[in-house]
Amino acid sequence: MKTCTLSINNKQITVPEETTILEAAKKLNINIPTLCYHPDQKVKANCRICLVHDKSSDKFVTACSTKVTDGAEILTNTQEVRDLQKGVLELIIANHPNDCLNCIRSGSCSLQDLCRRFNINNSDMINNIDTYVIDNTSGVLVRDRNKCIKCMRCVEVCQETQMVGVLSPYNRSVNTNVGAGFNTNLDKTLCTFCGQCSSVCPVGAIYENDETEKAWEAINDPNKHVVVQVAPAVRVALGDELGISRGEEVTGKMITALRMLGFDKVFDTNFTADLTILEEGNELLHRIKTGGTLPLITSCSPGWINYAEGFFPDLLEHVSTCKSPQQMFGAVAKTYYAKKMDIDPAKVFVISIMPCTAKKFEAARPDINSSGFRDVDVVLTTRELTRMIKSAGIDFADLEDEEFDTLMGTSTGAAVIFGATGGVMEAALRTVYEKVTGEILTDIDFHDVRGFDGIKEATVDLAGTSVKVAVAHGLSNAYKLMEEVKKGNSEYAFIEIMACTGGCLGGGGQPVRSTKLVKARRMDSIYRIDREMPIRKSHENPEVIQLYEDFLGNPNSHLAHELLHTHYKKRSDELV
Amino acid sequence: MDKSVSIVSKNFKKIKVDTIDDYLEVGGYESLKKALSIEPSEIIEMVKSSGLKGRGGAAFPTGKKWEQASKVEGDTYILCNADEGEPSTFKDRYFLEYDPYRIIEGMTIAAYAVGGREGIIYIREEYGRIREIMKKAIANAKAGGYLGENILGSNLSFDIKVVSGAGAFICGETTALIESIEGRGGRPRIKVKRTAEAGLFDKPTLANNIESYGVVTTLLSEDAEKYLNCGTSISKGTKIISLCGNVEKPGVYEVPFGITLREIIYDLGGGIKDGRHFKFAQVGGASGPLVPKSMLDIKYSYEDFKEKDFSIGSGAVLVADDTNRISEFMVTVQEFFAHESCGKCTPCREGNRQLLKIAHRFAERKGEMEDIYKIQRLANIMQKCSFCGLGTAAPTVMVTAIKHFYDDLKENMVENKI
Repeated sequence: MKTCTLSINNKQITVPEETTILEAAKKLNINIPTLCYHPDQKVKANCRICLVHDKSSDKFVTACSTKVTDGAEILTNTQEVRDLQKGVLELIIANHPNDCLNCIRSGSCSLQDLCRRFNINNSDMINNIDTYVIDNTSGVLVRDRNKCIKCMRCVEVCQETQMVGVLSPYNRSVNTNVGAGFNTNLDKTLCTFCGQCSSVCPVGAIYENDETEKAWEAINDPNKHVVVQVAPAVRVALGDELGISRGEEVTGKMITALRMLGFDKVFDTNFTADLTILEEGNELLHRIKTGGTLPLITSCSPGWINYAEGFFPDLLEHVSTCKSPQQMFGAVAKTYYAKKMDIDPAKVFVISIMPCTAKKFEAARPDINSSGFRDVDVVLTTRELTRMIKSAGIDFADLEDEEFDTLMGTSTGAAVIFGATGGVMEAALRTVYEKVTGEILTDIDFHDVRGFDGIKEATVDLAGTSVKVAVAHGLSNAYKLMEEVKKGNSEYAFIEIMACTGGCLGGGGQPVRSTKLVKARRMDSIYRIDREMPIRKSHENPEVIQLYEDFLGNPNSHLAHELLHTHYKKRSDELV
Repeated sequence: MDKSVSIVSKNFKKIKVDTIDDYLEVGGYESLKKALSIEPSEIIEMVKSSGLKGRGGAAFPTGKKWEQASKVEGDTYILCNADEGEPSTFKDRYFLEYDPYRIIEGMTIAAYAVGGREGIIYIREEYGRIREIMKKAIANAKAGGYLGENILGSNLSFDIKVVSGAGAFICGETTALIESIEGRGGRPRIKVKRTAEAGLFDKPTLANNIESYGVVTTLLSEDAEKYLNCGTSISKGTKIISLCGNVEKPGVYEVPFGITLREIIYDLGGGIKDGRHFKFAQVGGASGPLVPKSMLDIKYSYEDFKEKDFSIGSGAVLVADDTNRISEFMVTVQEFFAHESCGKCTPCREGNRQLLKIAHRFAERKGEMEDIYKIQRLANIMQKCSFCGLGTAAPTVMVTAIKHFYDDLKENMVENKI
């Protein structure tokens, strides 16, 4: 490998020749300011704030897009460089609403950070604040174009990572902004609400519709019995903004905090993840045996469901009819749980904590109410729960660990891995293998379906029949598998699709600044939890066994079908 | 004495272009025949030794560009930039309208020299009628065997199509032009590799201004010597200029490099209109500097202009008489840039709006001393930080106004109000 030796602020460094100045500076513990740069995205060099001086060529270059050269003498802190960087910042601020005090991103805003860093307290620039109407038509994602700094990170994620293509730049000059075609509001587009845009936005231009007040209201309503469920990926991300190192597991502290917030019962979505495996596993076996539509495709990820309904409406029969674990939880809580506890189901209020913005959309689907009530009443993202914990004044990092409540709080290692790409597949294989072969699976780790490769595949021997399966995460990868299904040349029996890169641990509702590095740490934590679980196969979950014995009967029973399954429809019909 | 010449522009308004016959009669396609009889490397050497610099404005040595393109494996797209969006520039349309075959011939020579099969002429959207003339010329050339498979019995196969964008100034910038052809919004893109290696559709690409192709045709013709005898030792040959504004005889002229600005304005242009007095000239288009009266004897050449921090640019010469106010002209120019900035990068998107507001203050005679410093700071940010040439050039008028017309600006400051 060829290397270059250069100096940055008079310190020498030798790096591989493909390194950018920004990366080289980082190695010398120098953070050059950036806004449009994102470590997991292409270099854009739009914002121009990372300008540095190359003294050897007397040129000013953007550190994010310029590769190192031998003998370069980079200066990042001279009076002139500082004035240029500050000048670019002032130009952005001149067209940015000055309302940090009530901005949802205050405290996690890259622009605010830079203002503090550059000690911006007065500016020469003339204020030109544009005014746009805020779009909260979806009730899921809020678009505030007034705050947009035109970094185009959301556009890349929407068009390339997700291939949804709802967001694109429009207009030019000072009228440049980001939006859907013809400035359509989000509720009238094929947006999947995956929320990846909100997770890469450096400022408060796209964010989750905050519903924490609804949660507070329910908690403080004496007529409501409020139960909370927490998705698997939340427990490895919640600590990020609460004084714990990023990606570390915080299950025990999280349960304690939820009790302190005043929830009547603290349950685990993992419980219904196990339930999902039994229902979906049976659906798969049934389809294989009866020559039903294959490949069967998982249905846990609502961003993926929205994508399928929007972009592959003719292939919906491939999608499992199983509700997602979130919805199954709501349906079971308002029937089985209410009955067991002798509570009026009308008083049971289900709040879920999800790593996901699309879960808000899913919970609000008009026909997801087979118990007679809406399955899930309020969906909060990890970010919103963080906000509630901070709001309640809880010193999260110092909390003692507590345990989930019983009846719907016990789960297996197979359930927690739902939080990582490949996890649903692995959990399903652990159960399906034993069901089909009647043998006990000893080596239960399916390494082929783990990790960050966009598309993963594995072949499993099920009592002499070799079955091919595939896993995709990120909708652009889903697209590739779906094109094969469309052409009829897909060789898989079962496909897992998660809308977000890394699976739910990289969900659009997770704490911002979830870079690939952070996601990898979350993934490690998830598989560690699985390893340390006493039970690691869904069908061995005692509470799930009890649920079938006491209430549902068998997997795919009539009652199970009524409560735990759903259907899909072409989305574009509803947009007209 | 009229110092203009008629070499590259010799066919302007002289031949009919609805058929190819007139063009052939005046020696058309002799250049291509000559090109096909020699090695591609010899052509590149000819272009290099002519000292030809890109005529669109950036003045990159054309021969060097061709040499880079010729070294890249695979077919190279031959792009002709006829987006001509620079205000006060209208010479490219003369080629399209009055001598289209010269351009087709020049592009075909380029295809032979660097190895290309497909050419695209990107014509600005607003040139609707003229675009049709070019399309017809391409069809005629094809019918005559001058485009298509095995041109003139050689191994060269080359075809050209015409593309137009949606009417944005920025599409004259090569990477924005490429984005536009590819079907995206006209915004410059980051170059990971040189355009020669990865341009249009990430394929090898050679992009030149329309006039540059016109000159290449001349360089291979019998007019070559005449052309090369013009100019200075560094700026060889001629330049097609667009003379406009408050002059008696505005129009397109071909001038030898080395002519003075005074000769251009007073000899070719017939002096200031209606007997008024010269106030300033703007050379090179909207992104060009303001030239005061005291500098009119400057020679029109790359080297003399560079010495004064001017640039030849597109070859526009806009003349303003003494009824024009500097501050109002600043408003006009900054309005243009504030409208045409593509919005991609911060300095250009936001900086132009800031400059425009300041220009308005002077136009309303409400300028302040502090504004002068603000202009200088903004200009520095825009010149050093902008993504492409549009943003770096946009403050030029205001910067040169401070440099050469400071008294005018001072008169428009609040303190001087009576």
